[in-house]
Amino acid sequence: MKARIHITLKNGVLDPQGKATEHALTGLGFCGINDVRQGKYIEIDLAENDPARARASVEAMCAKLLANTVIENYEIDLDE
Amino acid sequence: MKAAVIVSPGSNCDRDVQVALRQSAGSDPIMHWHADANLPDVDLIVIPGGFSYGDYLRAGALAAQSPVIREVVARANRGVPVLGICNGFQILTECGLLPGVLMRNAGLKFICRDVNLRVEATDTVFTRDYVNGQIIRIPVAHNEGNYFADDETLNRLDGENRVAFRYCSPEGEVTPAHNPNGAARNIAGILNEGRNVLGMMPHPERLAEALLGGTDGRPMFDSLVEALAPAA
Repeated sequence: MKARIHITLKNGVLDPQGKATEHALTGLGFCGINDVRQGKYIEIDLAENDPARARASVEAMCAKLLANTVIENYEIDLDE
Repeated sequence: MKAAVIVSPGSNCDRDVQVALRQSAGSDPIMHWHADANLPDVDLIVIPGGFSYGDYLRAGALAAQSPVIREVVARANRGVPVLGICNGFQILTECGLLPGVLMRNAGLKFICRDVNLRVEATDTVFTRDYVNGQIIRIPVAHNEGNYFADDETLNRLDGENRVAFRYCSPEGEVTPAHNPNGAARNIAGILNEGRNVLGMMPHPERLAEALLGGTDGRPMFDSLVEALAPAA
């Protein structure tokens, strides 16, 4: 079973990388960009086949290591 | 004073800290490899700067899970002084000994230069040889030094006088113009509740002898030696 994890900065946390990317896109002539926020995408291949157990285990991974919950949110998608 | 310097793959200021400690203490610290959880009994633990694990995932995140760091957390909770410099500060926030997080510099650039700091707390084993309000020149060298915490945490740090150093002008004014990295409230270094854990982005070990161009970092190591020497 595969877990796909999106880690994003919480609202209100300044994202200088996203801001710089936004400026570059605007400089290239792309119009109508309101905001750019940058995050991380992590894919984990799990031996576990039970969705509930897999989710619980990935939740723990996110809380303990993959995300810093002071500034980041995470979202887990399981792919059977 | 017996000190240990924690060495991780990618540490690069461990030798500088060793030299600074030797100069002030008159003896060498133990250089302790991160994978070895059996930390000897010491009076001081230093987590030096560098790029542990290549800053993978987040700066300090992987080193914070090292076997020895669990022991460092336990010792810190028992009152053993722990000093984290630069990457060491990042590791201290990632392992939960200090609140907040060090984010990417607001200007997105790696910053490597001397900055002015105002000493804000001198009632600690790390800073007792400084004078309150003293302005010192210490180098920074980091990409993630932008200290962030929610307002409640920042208010608590201020209220409990746990900000040890702030970035300032040569005259000591704490202004946005003299904030190199966007850190909240110009914070350069903070203490834990017990005041035995200090995390700071600037590198006192890099200006700890005249040969290096300055000695404003030396009082930190002298403070530690004086505070932690066995009573005569």
